[in-house]
Amino acid sequence: MTTDAIDSAQTPRHEEGTNYINAEYGLLSWLFTIDHKRIAILYMISVTALFFVGGIFALLLRLELMTPQGDLFTSDTYNKLFTLHGVVMIFFFLIPAVPSVLGNFILPLQLGARDLAFPKINLLSWYLYVIGALMGVVVMLLGGVDTGWTFYTPFSTTYSNTWVVPTVLAGFIAGFSSILTGLNFIVTIHKMRAPGLTWFRLPLMVWALYGTSLIQLLATPVLGIALLLIAVERLWQVGIFNPALGGDPILFQHLFWFYSHPAVYIMILPAMGVISEVIACFSRRKIFGYKFVAFSSLAIAFLGFLIWAHHLFVAGISVYSAMIFSFLTMFVAVPSAIKTFNWTSTLYKGSVSYEAPMLYALGFIGMFLIGGLTGLFLATLGIDIHVHDTYFVVAHFHYVMVGSVIMAYFAGIHYWWPKMTGRMYPEWWARLAALLVFVGFNLTFFPQFLLGYLGMPRRYHAYVPEFQVLNVMSTAGATILGAGYLLPLIYFVWALKYAPRASANPWGASGLEWHTPSPPTTHNFEDTPTVTWEAYDEKAWLKEAEKNV
Amino acid sequence: MPNNLPFMPNQGSTLAPHVDALYLVLVAICAFMTIAISGAVVFLALKYKRQPGNEEPQDYKPSTALEAIWIVVPLATFMLFFVLGAIVFFKARRMPDSSMDVWATGRQWMWKFQHPTGQTEINTLHVPVGRPVRMIMTSEDVIHDFYVPDFRVHTDVLPNRYTYNWFEATKPGRYHIFCSEYCGTEHSKMIGTVVVMEPDDYQLWLSGGTSEGSPAAEGKKLFESMACVTCHAAGTGSRGPNLEGVFGTPVKLASGQVVTVDENYVRESILNPQAKIVSGFDPIMPTFQGQVNEAQIMQLVSYIKSLKAPETGRPEAAPAPPANAAAK
Repeated sequence: MTTDAIDSAQTPRHEEGTNYINAEYGLLSWLFTIDHKRIAILYMISVTALFFVGGIFALLLRLELMTPQGDLFTSDTYNKLFTLHGVVMIFFFLIPAVPSVLGNFILPLQLGARDLAFPKINLLSWYLYVIGALMGVVVMLLGGVDTGWTFYTPFSTTYSNTWVVPTVLAGFIAGFSSILTGLNFIVTIHKMRAPGLTWFRLPLMVWALYGTSLIQLLATPVLGIALLLIAVERLWQVGIFNPALGGDPILFQHLFWFYSHPAVYIMILPAMGVISEVIACFSRRKIFGYKFVAFSSLAIAFLGFLIWAHHLFVAGISVYSAMIFSFLTMFVAVPSAIKTFNWTSTLYKGSVSYEAPMLYALGFIGMFLIGGLTGLFLATLGIDIHVHDTYFVVAHFHYVMVGSVIMAYFAGIHYWWPKMTGRMYPEWWARLAALLVFVGFNLTFFPQFLLGYLGMPRRYHAYVPEFQVLNVMSTAGATILGAGYLLPLIYFVWALKYAPRASANPWGASGLEWHTPSPPTTHNFEDTPTVTWEAYDEKAWLKEAEKNV
Repeated sequence: MPNNLPFMPNQGSTLAPHVDALYLVLVAICAFMTIAISGAVVFLALKYKRQPGNEEPQDYKPSTALEAIWIVVPLATFMLFFVLGAIVFFKARRMPDSSMDVWATGRQWMWKFQHPTGQTEINTLHVPVGRPVRMIMTSEDVIHDFYVPDFRVHTDVLPNRYTYNWFEATKPGRYHIFCSEYCGTEHSKMIGTVVVMEPDDYQLWLSGGTSEGSPAAEGKKLFESMACVTCHAAGTGSRGPNLEGVFGTPVKLASGQVVTVDENYVRESILNPQAKIVSGFDPIMPTFQGQVNEAQIMQLVSYIKSLKAPETGRPEAAPAPPANAAAK
């Protein structure tokens, strides 16, 4: 049996019963920790809080949209709600969720390292994130902001009468958290791999985090600059974007999307990494086409920088630049397709079991297919001229960000929960939640594709009556989805105390993180492990281990 | 005008069937891919279920040829999407040779339309069926977007220049205009109606109702009252280029660059005259930024557009004569 083999191969020399959770006590021991695992837990608590804040905004939006006329909120309130929903979900949930929670916890473990390369910078990242998030909360309490999360000029710099400057500064500060995390991960992956852990023996999660970190490091500064320029124009009337002052509003869109398109890959790449881990584990196979999947992460990171202007096809860019950006956008879909085919093929001749992480991962493939392929509709110029800025776009990016990224985040949280907490979770409840999320998600967002092609523009507080039926379906789906998200919160809290204890490797998974007890000790490994096997192929190592027993 | 296909808007313009055909091609291909791959996922997950007898995976040698196939086939499919999309896009962006020009101005939160014959309308636009209508659009404040779903027409309306789109309505009826770029509080109320009429009804509509002078006639008055005429007059030795017949022709700039005189060029020359000086002239024209509003700029542009070259000589047939541009 795999699990026993790993357990027996590992002779724990640390004091029995101590781990990173009970090594120290008290709030200060958490707030000043430099242990990557504890920082990951801090991130997990903070992003979960903001996820539910953003989720409540979403539910309020859906409630308003049940009827065509704007009757629940004023237009101003509605506009603030969708702005805050976007800002909170993107900057304070989706971008940090997978890298800063799961990546932080798992990356050093997967590398066989004691910690990240710069543990104190890691803590600084969390504080920057918290300061940014608190500024966001202050903005909400002061009365909100109504620019949309995209801050398009000159509306944001001249015409909005809301708290634009504190909001962009919140994004600016949180951006540094992201930059520092990216830097930390890159150095760690280069310098702190265990002996024998060559690049092509790395788990695919590490490749995905490497690609993600490159984007965080290279693209986020551009967002910082764009956001700062908004503040400069707003505060001192320097003509940058407002044509009345001599600026160009389209310039902002270029700067903004130069970050914000790659930002989509900051969300989806680590999510793809999680899916590779989960599918390998629950089909007990090496990922089909390992090198193709690994390099496709880098290809996505690279191509992601070349396609930003596909957000501007109807914004007044020339026909030829639209052609070039449409052409290049088609290429970024290829590495995604490679991953999808390889995940599917990994199941072939595998030994597939259906624990909750695997259900989320299989759901991810379906949702990512729809999200990715509808992205091609938008990249196709002749269709974008109709569906640009309609609910088709809203549906598309929710399929990628919610249907795919959050599914993968949930897959990852369930998969590594035993490692993180030392406890299992209630499997049947988790399967039920996965089902609710899948059904609720599709009911919420599939009708929005139809609404978009019918011509319903996004960010509409009130709409023409013929769109009502599909909107009611969408709202009904959102309530199911909400229940699907609330359920894990409840059973995970329950599991902390009551669920059965987890062994070092409850799934029979491969990867160094499973070679250490659950939960790990502060220093992760008693002895630095030496890796002699290929990724996801520990059979050789296990045989070796059995011989030694 | 009921459309027989569910979940598709009316096909109200000549462009709509092309966009819809493209959309349906992509729907067919992508639905096939989604169903095939999801089906494979479900099939494989069930077939290789972990159960007694299948506790461990079976060994086999993965094929690299397969990888090549699923790189090349998707890439070829996506390139097909690109080419088909570009073809429709060219159709949408190629302005028709002869069209009726309508000026549109967006502002928080309404549309104002100006017909060449002088009629102005707020949030409603009357057009005849079967005739290409070209929209010349600008915004007085933030970015808006002129979107008529039934026509599949969608273009951002910018505060610093003119953007264009065109449509040819195919069926009389009433069609929604939506602003589809978020523009502030009443964004969702910035909606209007295109009323497509039979040509006879449209003529009737034009003759009824009050009409101010045509934009070109109003522009002429402005051209004189704002003293544009003192410099931009016929005859050599003028301080500024003679504007007769220049519209739509290329002119050579002092920088050596050659630009075509269009609405945006004239607009820029009024608001920021130093930006593109015609070769042979001194940069002496003052800016009119703040002295003319959007409606007046539109009238001036219409007037300059209406100026025909003197019949003799037809100098505009030749590309901008360099030094003696005033002779144009």
